[in-house]
Amino acid sequence: MQVATFAVTHHRFLDPSGRTVQPLPAFANDPETLRELYRAMVLTRTFDTKAIALQRSSRIGTYPSSLGQEAVAVGLAAAMTADDVLLPSFREHGAQLWRGVTPTEMFLYWGGDERGSDFAVPREDFPNSVPIGSQAPHAVGVALAMKLRRQPRAAVCVFGDGATSKGDVAEAMNMAGNWRAPVVFVISNNRWAISVPRAAQTAAATLAQKAIAAGIPGDQVDGNDVIAVRHVVGEALHAARAGGGPRVVEALTYRLSDHTTADSAKRYRDQDAVAEAWKEEPIGRLRAYLTGHGAWSDDDECQLIDESTARIDRAAEQYFAMEPAPPSAVFEYLYAALPKALEGQRDEVVQGHHHG
Amino acid sequence: MAEMRIVDAINAAMARAMADDERVIVLGEDVGIDGGVFRVTDGLIRKFGADRVLDTPIAETGIAGVAVGLAAQGMRPIAEIQFLGFLYATIDQLVNHAGRLRTRTRGRLTCPLVLRAPYGGGIHALEHHSESTEAMLAHIPGVRVVIPSSPARAYGLLLAAIRDPDPVVYLEPKRIYRAGHEEVADDGAALPLDTCFVLREGRNVTLVTWGAMVVETMMAAGLLASQGIDAEVIDVATLKPIDMATIVASVRKTGRVVVVHEAALSGGLGGEIAARLAEEDGVLRGPVRRVTGYDTVVPLAKLERHYMPSISRIMTAVRETMPSEIPA
Ligand SMILES: Cc1ncc(C[n+]2csc(CCOP(=O)(O)OP(=O)(O)O)c2C)c(N)n1
Ligand SMILES: [Mg+2]
Repeated sequence: MQVATFAVTHHRFLDPSGRTVQPLPAFANDPETLRELYRAMVLTRTFDTKAIALQRSSRIGTYPSSLGQEAVAVGLAAAMTADDVLLPSFREHGAQLWRGVTPTEMFLYWGGDERGSDFAVPREDFPNSVPIGSQAPHAVGVALAMKLRRQPRAAVCVFGDGATSKGDVAEAMNMAGNWRAPVVFVISNNRWAISVPRAAQTAAATLAQKAIAAGIPGDQVDGNDVIAVRHVVGEALHAARAGGGPRVVEALTYRLSDHTTADSAKRYRDQDAVAEAWKEEPIGRLRAYLTGHGAWSDDDECQLIDESTARIDRAAEQYFAMEPAPPSAVFEYLYAALPKALEGQRDEVVQGHHHG
Repeated sequence: MAEMRIVDAINAAMARAMADDERVIVLGEDVGIDGGVFRVTDGLIRKFGADRVLDTPIAETGIAGVAVGLAAQGMRPIAEIQFLGFLYATIDQLVNHAGRLRTRTRGRLTCPLVLRAPYGGGIHALEHHSESTEAMLAHIPGVRVVIPSSPARAYGLLLAAIRDPDPVVYLEPKRIYRAGHEEVADDGAALPLDTCFVLREGRNVTLVTWGAMVVETMMAAGLLASQGIDAEVIDVATLKPIDMATIVASVRKTGRVVVVHEAALSGGLGGEIAARLAEEDGVLRGPVRRVTGYDTVVPLAKLERHYMPSISRIMTAVRETMPSEIPA
């Protein structure tokens, strides 16, 4: 006796060559909207290239590239309103840029300066979460706070394929389901968790189906099709804000880079597979669509590259020019007010600075 | 004999244990073909196969819990947690199971597992990658905590940990994984657990430390010697249980003690050592000094140097233990 059946649907609008496979959602009929998504993906990749160069010259620390994953970050951010709250993992550079975190602030963070997580906007977004999956329960808390105050807002929590193996993520999805919390979990499935391929992470056929056990809908989307990401996350957010409860969106993409600048993926993965994955990457795909529809020219492309490079280079210069934080900052933000009992330690740090 | 760095010595100890005893298996994130993010398990999967070197999903609670089950079955799991910062999820398994399975079952089921993790700061790492929270782990009854500080001790202590019939958390000072090398005989000989190592003998002051701080402490001892202060240096090595007999004997001789650790001051093991010395009659002839990390979140790279205990702080602390004897 069958007591329940479940299905996971895959969504795509543009195929890897940029051809439409089904009618586009309404927002995508405005070429300027698509150009905006395109520019954001190019800016993200420009930031990425610069960050890797800065790491190589020791101007920032270990850095996780988002090469090939730009459509996930940009698409989900474009689906959000300024009032929604983003709880990223650490590879969502494109989402942070879209939402107003400046590249200078981002260089600051990756350069090992806490001020980079004190971005001017968006003030309620969470900082990067390095402990894998640990931000997923926070997203439920954020969403619950919105729900309890009857605000038409939602939280967006992003994590990787590897993170879906963490108890935190399972617990978060389950609690979100219980309380119909307005949260959308976006799984950025880039097929790798450092050296561990997606197939070795779980025996489950899809990651979207992890939602089903929590009693919430789970969908799969082509994560290299920014239109699909924007559309599916947008619908999920729309439902969440309107009281429809949480959703899981698994975005299928590919980590074209090493895991981080400290990694060497050649040790564990076949370069042919990476070459294959390049054929699906998101930026060329949208460009093909736009040029095919007369909405993008070579001149536009040159101008965009120049502008993006100039903006990111300027941000790097601003980062270099920042005054270093004083040693007292080591204690300044520990508590709302530094307890008297810790003043001696703070003073020691500050004085230590004076005589080296 | 072979020239080994700490990372090579740990690898050699695991390979030796796996060759000697087929119950020994390695599990953890990226320990297989990648050889671990620090390459500590490099080559083990080639030598021993994927049945004995298991890449796990990202699931630290699960890794520790699976190791408990394996151990209870008589296997000898060596579980790797990629960084100490991600080990906290295993504490449930350590406190509630690994450390008490023997006690709960009156010895019917036991837990001979090793949980390895790199720890410590000073490498300009990302957030959550620089902490030194060994005292939290040393607080757990029934669990040993071991930290090596040289290639030879890394080799011998890991073999001892693997062969030990009880759970051992083995923390690896990643700042000095590749800092130096020495001749290590890959002869399968273990070093004793629950035993401090006297690294340098001296008459005037005892410097007690462990892990990567051994480097700064030995350098300070060298500088002190040139100032006429003869420092004894002790590497505690097993942080739980601490071999106080060796420390007490040393301080009985020198009368002065400075404990150096990277971990935060409050609740750090320097406090435990100081208390145990204070409990001894007529051992201390001056105030105890601790040179430690501060009671704050370990700063990111740009401010990290303000956190790490320095040689000059050790020198100052030594002078403070003998205020009347040495002019500043
Ligand atoms: C709890 C935890 N365990 C281990 C790590 C070390 N680590 C950093 S990234 C990573 C892989 C993450 O894979 P995935 O979730 O797929 O995200 P991706 O890096 O592919 O974006 C691991 C194991 C960590 N940061 N946190
Ligand atoms: Mg991944």
